[in-house]
Amino acid sequence: MEQLKTIGRELAMGSQGGFGQSKEFLDLVKSIGEARSKAEEDRIVLSEIDILKRKLLEPDIPKRKMKEYIIRLVYIEMLGHDASFGYIHAVKMTHDDNLLLKRTGYLAVTLFLNEDHDLIILIVNTIQKDLRSDNYLVVCAALNAICRLINEETIPAVLPQDLVSSFVSILKQVTERRLPKSYDYHQMPAPFIQIKLLKIMALLGSGDKSASEIMYMVLGDLFRKCDSSTNIGNAILYECIRSISCIIPSPKLLEAAADAISKFLKSDSHNLKYMGIDGLGRLIKISPDIAEQHQLAVIDCLEDPDDTLKRKTFELLYKMTKSSNVEVIVDRMIDYMISINDNHYKTEIASRCVELAEQFAPSNQWFIQIMNKVFEHAGDLVNIKVAHNLMRLIAEGFGEDDDDADSKLRLSAVESYLQIMSEPKLPSLFLQVISWVLGEYGTADGKYSASYISGKLCDVADAYSSDETVKGYAVSALMKIYAFEIASGRKVDVLPECQSLIEELLASHSTDLQQRAYELQALLALDARAVESILPLDASCEDIEVDKDLSFLNGYIQQAIESGAQPYISERERSGMLETTDYHSQDHHEVPSHALRFEAYERPKPSSLPTQASTELVPVPEPSYYSEAHQPISTSSVSERESSEIKLRLDGVKQKWGRPSYQSSTSASSTPPQAANGTSSHPDVGVGSSSLKPRSSYESKKPEIDPEKQRLAASLFGGSSSSRSDRKSSSGGHKPAKGTASKPPKENPIPVQPPPDLLDFGEPTATGVTATDPFKELEGLMDSSSQDGGSTDVMGVLYSDAAPVTTTTSVDSLLSELSDSSKGNPGTYQSQTSKGPNSKEALEKDALVRQMGVNPTSQNPTLFKDLLG
Amino acid sequence: MIKAVMMMNTQGKPRLAKFYDFLPVEKQQELIRGVFSVLSSRPENVSNFLEIDSLFGPDSRLVYKHYATLYFVLVFDGSENELAMLDLIQGKYDDDFSLMLAFVVLVETLDKCFSNVCELDIVFNYSKMHTVLDEIVFGGQVLETRSDEVMKAVEEISKLEAASNSISLVPKSVSGWRGGR
Repeated sequence: MEQLKTIGRELAMGSQGGFGQSKEFLDLVKSIGEARSKAEEDRIVLSEIDILKRKLLEPDIPKRKMKEYIIRLVYIEMLGHDASFGYIHAVKMTHDDNLLLKRTGYLAVTLFLNEDHDLIILIVNTIQKDLRSDNYLVVCAALNAICRLINEETIPAVLPQDLVSSFVSILKQVTERRLPKSYDYHQMPAPFIQIKLLKIMALLGSGDKSASEIMYMVLGDLFRKCDSSTNIGNAILYECIRSISCIIPSPKLLEAAADAISKFLKSDSHNLKYMGIDGLGRLIKISPDIAEQHQLAVIDCLEDPDDTLKRKTFELLYKMTKSSNVEVIVDRMIDYMISINDNHYKTEIASRCVELAEQFAPSNQWFIQIMNKVFEHAGDLVNIKVAHNLMRLIAEGFGEDDDDADSKLRLSAVESYLQIMSEPKLPSLFLQVISWVLGEYGTADGKYSASYISGKLCDVADAYSSDETVKGYAVSALMKIYAFEIASGRKVDVLPECQSLIEELLASHSTDLQQRAYELQALLALDARAVESILPLDASCEDIEVDKDLSFLNGYIQQAIESGAQPYISERERSGMLETTDYHSQDHHEVPSHALRFEAYERPKPSSLPTQASTELVPVPEPSYYSEAHQPISTSSVSERESSEIKLRLDGVKQKWGRPSYQSSTSASSTPPQAANGTSSHPDVGVGSSSLKPRSSYESKKPEIDPEKQRLAASLFGGSSSSRSDRKSSSGGHKPAKGTASKPPKENPIPVQPPPDLLDFGEPTATGVTATDPFKELEGLMDSSSQDGGSTDVMGVLYSDAAPVTTTTSVDSLLSELSDSSKGNPGTYQSQTSKGPNSKEALEKDALVRQMGVNPTSQNPTLFKDLLG
Repeated sequence: MIKAVMMMNTQGKPRLAKFYDFLPVEKQQELIRGVFSVLSSRPENVSNFLEIDSLFGPDSRLVYKHYATLYFVLVFDGSENELAMLDLIQGKYDDDFSLMLAFVVLVETLDKCFSNVCELDIVFNYSKMHTVLDEIVFGGQVLETRSDEVMKAVEEISKLEAASNSISLVPKSVSGWRGGR
């Protein structure tokens, strides 16, 4: 009777998706379901673990039984307990020939293991075998497992040899309508698959010329076939443009993409315009000329009430900024920044303004003005680093040892700040900058008296009395001003409001402010010689050495120990002592090698590979492309590079999983960027000769359009060569902010050496749409060498900035200059990089300076005391 | 990947919301409010795309379509194509019915104006809406784009539901509405 019941229940379960489990299993599920508390559930699971551990040890378990055990293990794992004792059985089950058992095994394995688990190595072989199976269910099971279990290290083992051509052929089949009709969507064959394939191709073809060439045909077909009257057709067109901007395109494809973009831009639909602007932003890296044809459309989009479109257009402008148009673009950005309320985007656009200004600033005055505006309107949103950068810039000047210019700059900064200070409600960060600059340089020029500046500083401290950081900055600034006065032998009269401020702060709740106030008070009582050595004039850039080991205290410590004090034990040692005191006291003298090892042994050698392998094993060519862009000296070329690479160490792995094509693919992928670079070294055309063409085409449009827009277009796109050369002559005198100074020397040699196959890539620009301004080409190519990845982008833009400013007349001289500077004296670059905005040293120095109290922070207030004695 | 599908009316009341990443309910509500406040401030006749990193994290975008009293919203990341997404919620032509809306009104007529019907339809056919949505988008990926296939599946599911005993688990009112159509 009981048995009948069980059978009945089993049958009932079976009809609802069970697969004939034993009573034991059903009871387990039932009891877990009925458990009233977590503790009860845990008890059930723990006893289940015991049972399973025992059962799994039995010899010759029937397969059906084993399958159930594994599902029970899944239950255990699911409820948060460890079932690792049974993992190996799940792994074994994946080897089984029975489909149901195999799938159960795969399911359990994907749930149990992660991609870094040691047992994965045992599954890779099975997966390889199953992928070749005739039964698509087996292949699917293996594919599912791959998604969860394969990491960078093991992926070559399961990857087909030739990805590019297989994806291309799939796409071809789709576009040739070889799929069943049921995949059609709005008369388009499987558009979502097409989009996915195009995205994959963009990844595979980036920086890989031979892979890109395989794609040309199908991409060309898509451009021809796509129905641009439907959304989905346009979606595919746009995806093609994206792919083309990633791979190394042929001139024909570029033309097709440009056509598609101009169709998008001319459309009335805002959506398509958005796509057009986005596509333009992508293509502009490859062929910078393309924007010129669409300048008016771009300006329309910029003035469109549609916010999305506007932001996209700003993104485009950001990408095409160079020193010739930076003023217009940044001004526009700032106007827009002021007009919006969305803090998130405000932050972004502010940081972009800062970035562009730092890179391309035509003059220091302009840079300070822009920074002032950014701080004034988005001061609470920008990174504090920006403020520190600005302070450092003002302190260090602009790289040249021209003290006169530096002090002029400082004076102009001081003047602008004194003006801005009268405005109500300034952001805290901006006030900090203002206070610091006034403290350092307010009286430096002799134009403003100490009492005037200190009065202003007191006003700041008064007006923003709730902001302790600003107050701290103000007090430190006051201290500096008085120190300079004392040091120069003048009599100091402390203003009454200053006096009251100091007195108020002497009793402040903030220890930091209190300390500053006391220090200020102490300083006022010192004589000129002492003050000068404490706070020397304009010494914010001097290096300050900090003795981190506090070795000057050694004598004191020695003394204390001699007089009976306990020696210092570091915190880590102390806690270690606590835990281990028990047996330390017993077998302290025992040799450690005799002790038991509780920690795991080192992992076997192969598993230590992934760290080095990770970048190289992924067949996506992007990393190699990236490294090419940063290659210090491209003249050393492919062969040397190959030999020096660490991937040699992977040989064993490669052979094991048979992936011979892998090595050749990297070497192939490393050449094209060189070809791209090569073009830039060869334009024999003079500067002025070629840029007439775009200008005339733009003049032909003149009658129908608003002159205002035209002017904007001209200033944005630099339509004529004259404006460019004007800029050159006017900005030739000074260095463009820190952009050039921080330019890593490794960038320079890129155009120096002409690789053999430069004509390949030279063609698009030569036969392409409009002008062949050699500067443009140079800039564009530099940009294109830095596709993908924001960090490299910066480099590209940096470079393009350097070109117009440092050159005098022709490209040849630019090249010679660049090569000279790169070969000749690395020393100068060394010194320049130390002042650059990204230089680590500079940051460290900055941090030190701040710590020492030039910029007040609450981090280390006691340092003051030590310094002041 | 598609991150979320939302429908809300012009008062900001959510009518259907489906998130394909796990998010606590409070966060979902916050996001819906955030999306609505962005959408409601946008003028007519502008593009249907928005970059909303501020709400959904970096590289997230949104397409929306405004129908009568409803906003249809799809949130997705960089691996999807804006226009394709827009197509999902708006169909071939601007004046066409949306794919999903078409199911809600059971494709009776394309012309039958939804201006006064649609929102109510969604409110009353809530579970059916979800069934339809699950047929089209699954786990954040577009699965099926053929409306007749989706319809077939949905009909089969409702047939199964009607036949199964589990119907008693669902409140009467819901099944009543299903039967009523």
